[in-house]
Amino acid sequence: MPLEAFQVLSAALFCIGLYGVLARRSAVLILMSIELMLNAVNINLIAAAAHMDQTAFTGQIIAIFVITVAAAEVGLALAIILRIFRNRSTVNVDEVDLMKW
Amino acid sequence: MSEPLFVIVAILTLGGGLGVVATRNVVHAALFLLLSLVSVAGIYLLVFAEFLALVQVLIYGGAIIIVLIFAIMLTRSQEYPRISDNPQWPLAIVAGLAVFGVLAASFLWNLPPASEPEGPGLAKIGESLFTKWAVPFEVVSLVLLVALVGAIIIAGRAGDRE
Repeated sequence: MPLEAFQVLSAALFCIGLYGVLARRSAVLILMSIELMLNAVNINLIAAAAHMDQTAFTGQIIAIFVITVAAAEVGLALAIILRIFRNRSTVNVDEVDLMKW
Repeated sequence: MSEPLFVIVAILTLGGGLGVVATRNVVHAALFLLLSLVSVAGIYLLVFAEFLALVQVLIYGGAIIIVLIFAIMLTRSQEYPRISDNPQWPLAIVAGLAVFGVLAASFLWNLPPASEPEGPGLAKIGESLFTKWAVPFEVVSLVLLVALVGAIIIAGRAGDRE
């Protein structure tokens, strides 16, 4: 498969995630959309590494780091969502507007 | 030769993604996300990144989906699954399509030289990770530790210690 097929696929997945982040109101669903965007970036990195960087495979290593940071991010985001839910009984991000002017 | 496989996993990935952003039910969204993430592992296999495919299934298909389902369960999202979308969702569609147009145009404008994908193999990734990338590797493990300790502190019951 040519590289551009993977790149267009990753762009499409990224934009689906972007739509989810912009249009959803439940914090859990926004988190899922962020996961989609991170995966789109990883597809791009890994496909580019396999096609253009076959001796150094830097893209694969960076993708490993991205996955690690994504795991940390999900854990932390879950903790924040639980805390918000406990304090305000909602996961609707439009109702969490204390710092919005 | 790998075109049919690529088309199948691409359709599964994008279909799962669309399911995540389109369904009204939070639990269904989590299952669509699982479909999408496992299909991404298939894409990694197509570019011979078998270690990443394994990691993808383990971390995303296993850990992250479980954590998200915990979040759904603990916030009782399924009792009110119909937190409606923002009224600005048509704008979000326009923004998504615009970004996709820019990205796809930039990818297709200057086509990269044709090349066949090739994987380095597990042993070389491991060697590189613990020699050339040893410091970032340690730093990222520290990031993970700090994030998890912070998550426990944030989610822990307030007033237990005070």
